[in-house]
Amino acid sequence: MMLAAARKLRGKGVLGLNERNSDYIMRLNPRRLYPLVDDKALTKELALKAGMAVPDLYGIIAHQGEVRMFADIVRDRDSFVIKPARGSGGDGILVVIGRGRRNRDNYRLSNGIFVSEGEILHHISNTVGGQYSLSGNPDKALIEYCVHFDPTFAEVSYQGVPDIRVIVYRGYPAMAMVRLPTRASDGKANLHQGAVGAGVDLATGETLTGVLGNEVIDEHPDTGAHIAGLHIPHWDVILESSARGYDVTGLGYLGVDMVIDRDRGPLILEMNARPGLNIQIANGTGLAQRIERIDALYDASAGAAERATAARREFAAGVEHQTSLF
Amino acid sequence: MKQRYVYVLAALLTVVGLSVFLYKWQVLGFPVTENQETPVWTIESAVNFDSGPGSIKVQLHVPTLTPGFRMLNENSVSRGYGFSLNYGSGGRQAQWAIRRADGEQTIYYRISVYEDASVDQSDTTPPFPPLPVINEPLKTAVDVLVSDVRDQSADTASFTTELLRRMNDPSPDPNVELLIAGVRTDADFVAVVTTVLAAARIPARMVRGFPLAGRQRSASLVAWLEVHDGDRWLYFNPATGEGRLPQRFLVWWRGNEPLVSVEGGSNVEVSFAIQENHLDAVAIAETQAAKSGTFAVDFSLYSLPIQTQAVYSVLLMIPVGALIMVFFRNFVGIDAFGTFMPVLIALAFRETKLLWGVVLFTTLIALGLSIRFLLDRLRLLLVPRLSAVLIVVVMLMLFISLTSHQLGLETGLSVALFPMVIIAMTIERMSVVWEERGAADAMRAGLGSLVVAIAAYIFMGMAWLEHLIFTFPELLLLILALVLLAGRYTGYRLTELRRFKALVTE
Repeated sequence: MMLAAARKLRGKGVLGLNERNSDYIMRLNPRRLYPLVDDKALTKELALKAGMAVPDLYGIIAHQGEVRMFADIVRDRDSFVIKPARGSGGDGILVVIGRGRRNRDNYRLSNGIFVSEGEILHHISNTVGGQYSLSGNPDKALIEYCVHFDPTFAEVSYQGVPDIRVIVYRGYPAMAMVRLPTRASDGKANLHQGAVGAGVDLATGETLTGVLGNEVIDEHPDTGAHIAGLHIPHWDVILESSARGYDVTGLGYLGVDMVIDRDRGPLILEMNARPGLNIQIANGTGLAQRIERIDALYDASAGAAERATAARREFAAGVEHQTSLF
Repeated sequence: MKQRYVYVLAALLTVVGLSVFLYKWQVLGFPVTENQETPVWTIESAVNFDSGPGSIKVQLHVPTLTPGFRMLNENSVSRGYGFSLNYGSGGRQAQWAIRRADGEQTIYYRISVYEDASVDQSDTTPPFPPLPVINEPLKTAVDVLVSDVRDQSADTASFTTELLRRMNDPSPDPNVELLIAGVRTDADFVAVVTTVLAAARIPARMVRGFPLAGRQRSASLVAWLEVHDGDRWLYFNPATGEGRLPQRFLVWWRGNEPLVSVEGGSNVEVSFAIQENHLDAVAIAETQAAKSGTFAVDFSLYSLPIQTQAVYSVLLMIPVGALIMVFFRNFVGIDAFGTFMPVLIALAFRETKLLWGVVLFTTLIALGLSIRFLLDRLRLLLVPRLSAVLIVVVMLMLFISLTSHQLGLETGLSVALFPMVIIAMTIERMSVVWEERGAADAMRAGLGSLVVAIAAYIFMGMAWLEHLIFTFPELLLLILALVLLAGRYTGYRLTELRRFKALVTE
């Protein structure tokens, strides 16, 4: 029975962790390129150089001694985000959306709770100390622009910022999903923590059904709104920017995370050299067959825009279901 | 391409590992199962005496030539005494000396032997004994007895048998009666026999030792008769004339000299205790292989000091644990804290035993976690906080040990065997996951670690496997080959079948 399930998954071209690690990450993502994406400060710099839009950086706190500079950095800001430069899975991110009217040393977090400046400084200390970094090494805390997210997803998000994850294989967008925060995920757009993932039709930028945990769902668990059929704005920009992520990093198997700002359009949040596999559940299809298709049409001379167009042409939703029927 | 390299390498490792294994097993006779054991006897002699005012010198006969047995080791326990081994007429003598001692003294001498039929009597041929000086009327009695027995015997063996028969006769003739009038013990009897044999110019001596059987708290020495027939030594039961040694008879010393002599002490008593243990047959294979000068033995773990051996017998199981880890990670897909943490926990379980191990581990983690959450309120920097957790873990271990000791649960003491740094890191990681991902994730990963640790413990605790790998360390090459192959496994993990279930049913 288990063998039958494995065979069925194979038939659908579903990628497993072992295969992802040994056949794609180890082959296409040389270790020396990891620092480019593991350090968000560095990623931001690279993206800026390549002319891609990113959230503005307000300041970096790199040492324990600099922690008290925090007040200066955010003196005139009412909203901002504090995140570890080397964090993973959305851990250690603090979203401040306002400050106390009487006492500006009180900060309101995205979940509505007020915290004191002392607590924030402690959080930054922990971040700099490496609590959230992948290896536990000392880290930096970035303080940056807090995205005012686009109203498209207002109905299907519970607090927090929904983001868009695009898997880019050898420069070609291969699969995409929208990650919608829920009450359970505490406003974080992380599927492991209970966020909803919704597949995206690469051709049109329209959302498909969602997935919560390992189950397929049609409605957002907190708001009850339909997940499918939402049209993602700036879809062409999103695909092209993510395709350009490959040119910037050189990583052949790459996850690009973007958010859509109400005023500034799509912004690159971070890139990931080890993107997860749940995107397959959200899209109801396997990555392996898309990868195969990209290998077939791969053109080393194609620019980012051309590659994005090719992906839109090849990977319209539902195409695989027909091809896998023969 | 890379795939093929891995296969070739794995095949190579397997071939090398297996061929060394087969050679050692089939040709050198190393045992594959550990219950091939040889009994080993440890004989402890305790010399007890009251010390006099002056200096003290103790001399004790100890085994020298032991037909049928080979010595494994010997040692002496004597506080403050100088110790030396000398050769005397009756064989080796252990000598202890001290300038001053107070009160009752006890000196121990311990020897371990195992059976080895290849150990023979390799003594030199003795000269003909001088005619003993015997006073009348005994002299006449001896002369008559010797000539009577000589008439009724053909050689040394039959002479001795006939002599013993006459001397053991329940209604002895007057000559014999005269000779054995002063005999009180078996040893006295054998001494008289050797005197008579010496009068017949036959080399003979008394042998004393123990028949080894099981465990004896106080063993008593048995006197036996040894006679040389010109070629080799013959043994005779002085009571029956039967011409052999008792079964499993360990010769302690020879001759008429007393077992022990103490200068400067009084009330001397010697007691013997015998204990039977079982030693692995490996030691025998070792000695045999060493005799034939085989290279494999020089690199055997059994050539290491015992304590180092004990360390390695545990260390060599770590690869097995790692293999289990690989299986659970890449084939099953269970989450666990830290790559090798479960293996280290499994090592600790070896000492505490499973049930207690799980109880202690869970208690420690639970207590540590709750204290870690308290510490969190203090807003400490990362490294000081980790150190604080570590210190708390050490104190918790101490507390658990002391409490369980007070309650009479000695197993609780073994909590000290848990790798405390690993525990502290686990607590820290778990609390971070708890905060970030919620209690469910933290519990799941914690439980995963425990499950893998238990599985690793079960495999690492298999006595036959431990024996196999310790005796044939080349089998590690096989484990390496397996791990390499697992490293190229690109199929699904078991948990992924559930994870991608939505994609299957569709």
